[in-house]
Amino acid sequence: MIRIENLIKNFGTRRILDSVTLEVKKGETMVIMGGSGCGKSTLLRHMIGLIRPDSGHIYIKDKDITGMSEHDLNEVRKSYGMLFQNGALLNSLTVGQNVALPLKEHTKLGSEIINIIVKMKLELVGLTGFENLLPSEISGGMKKRVGLARAIAMDPEMVFYDEPGAGLDPITAASIDQLIMDLSNKLGITSIVVTHEMKSAFRIADRMAVLYNGKVVAVGTPDEIRESDHPYVSQFINGLTDGPVPLRRSKDEYLKSLTSGD
Amino acid sequence: MTSKKTNSVSILEQLSQVIITQIQHVTSFSGLFYRTLKLVLAGIFRPGRTFNILHLTQQMYHMGIGSLPIVMLTSLFLGMTLAMLALYALSDFGTEIWVAGLVGVGFTRELGPLITAIVVAGRVGASISAELGTMQVSEEVDALETMGINPIRYLILPRFLALVIMLPCLTIVSDYLGIAGGFLIAKLKLGMSFYYYEELTLEFVKTKDIVTGLIKSVSFAMIISMIGCYQGVIVSGGAEGVGQGTTRAVVNSLIFVIAADCIFTALFSYVFV
Repeated sequence: MIRIENLIKNFGTRRILDSVTLEVKKGETMVIMGGSGCGKSTLLRHMIGLIRPDSGHIYIKDKDITGMSEHDLNEVRKSYGMLFQNGALLNSLTVGQNVALPLKEHTKLGSEIINIIVKMKLELVGLTGFENLLPSEISGGMKKRVGLARAIAMDPEMVFYDEPGAGLDPITAASIDQLIMDLSNKLGITSIVVTHEMKSAFRIADRMAVLYNGKVVAVGTPDEIRESDHPYVSQFINGLTDGPVPLRRSKDEYLKSLTSGD
Repeated sequence: MTSKKTNSVSILEQLSQVIITQIQHVTSFSGLFYRTLKLVLAGIFRPGRTFNILHLTQQMYHMGIGSLPIVMLTSLFLGMTLAMLALYALSDFGTEIWVAGLVGVGFTRELGPLITAIVVAGRVGASISAELGTMQVSEEVDALETMGINPIRYLILPRFLALVIMLPCLTIVSDYLGIAGGFLIAKLKLGMSFYYYEELTLEFVKTKDIVTGLIKSVSFAMIISMIGCYQGVIVSGGAEGVGQGTTRAVVNSLIFVIAADCIFTALFSYVFV
């Protein structure tokens, strides 16, 4: 479904993604994990075509999107949905209008049919009857659900999730996880989830990839990842303070910075 | 000595850095402007798919009707001020009745478009940039793009068109109110009748003056809306970034509107006479 080959991206002199190679199969839930600043969000933004890589290729349904024109990219974009970290609902539109937006823009459906689809999608995320509220009138968890309803409005083949559980209480986070699993089980949607929350990652993943310093250091089923002997992976999933990532980032430079004149 | 040298080098480096950033701004601004104009042209051939009439009318209402009270008020005051200034200067020559012509021509050619643009730059320019900046920060622009919706078409085009349509309309209102302000002063100080003042104004003000003013206001509308949109979409860094973008939008709009006004006045006074 998605194939990433030797993806490299630099921001200034910093290498954010270092020849990332990854494959996501049809219908599976792939969880991409890693600490803050490891490049997982950047990787996601590459996959949805918001950032172009310095080198390497991304194939979505065997089409290389890295060199694509904006027009062709928009065609590919109709085959996937994306749930942003805070939902990214348009604040000037109501909940219902937000979900209806892609349908209105991309299809020639009449407004009655669109209304029915909107109601169905909202029902799917458990928010029946919220159509006429504004995003400012609903809670953060609800915004994410609406964002999810909007992401699946066009019946996409795959959905990308950026930190679906971030900033939510455990119960709401678990219910979002349940929704993600339902979507992939009932509708066969391919899911790509970026997260650093272990519990939800192991709950929903079919396969996982661990990113460290812009590199994929481990790929496998949750059990394989759990038993991985890569030092960073075991530090990460066990949440230890000591390991390849030290508690302090710059032990050596500390003395230098104290003694140097500047 | 050495420290002085490194200092001058770093100043030179900083200066070149500033110039490079400015050039980058100019090129990306031109790119945005070009893509917006291309969409306007494309929209002429297939309006249904390009223009969102609902958004356009919403923006026109917000920018046009919303700005009407302050445009009317400022124009009336400015017209009165201009008339008082004219009376003061003309009284030395005993040609006070020229006040009608001075206010009329001054407002239609110059002050009407300018004061409208300045008021609108403060009100609409700021709101465009704050709105788009907030959308950029909260990933709404990214979300539109991911849904395959062109943010330029969805967000910038209605704002651009709405202002290009509404600013000339506001300018006409401003012309009327400015002349009315002039009449108030003429009535109070000279006891001039309405019909006499009207006759004098129509004698002095040519169609060309009004058209000149409207051409200016169309270009001011482009400047204000495009700078507002540009400063909005390049926002990064949360609420602070939105604030900075808004400030830059207003300041840059004012500078470019006044500079453009100067250029247009020079063109219409000496080139296309």
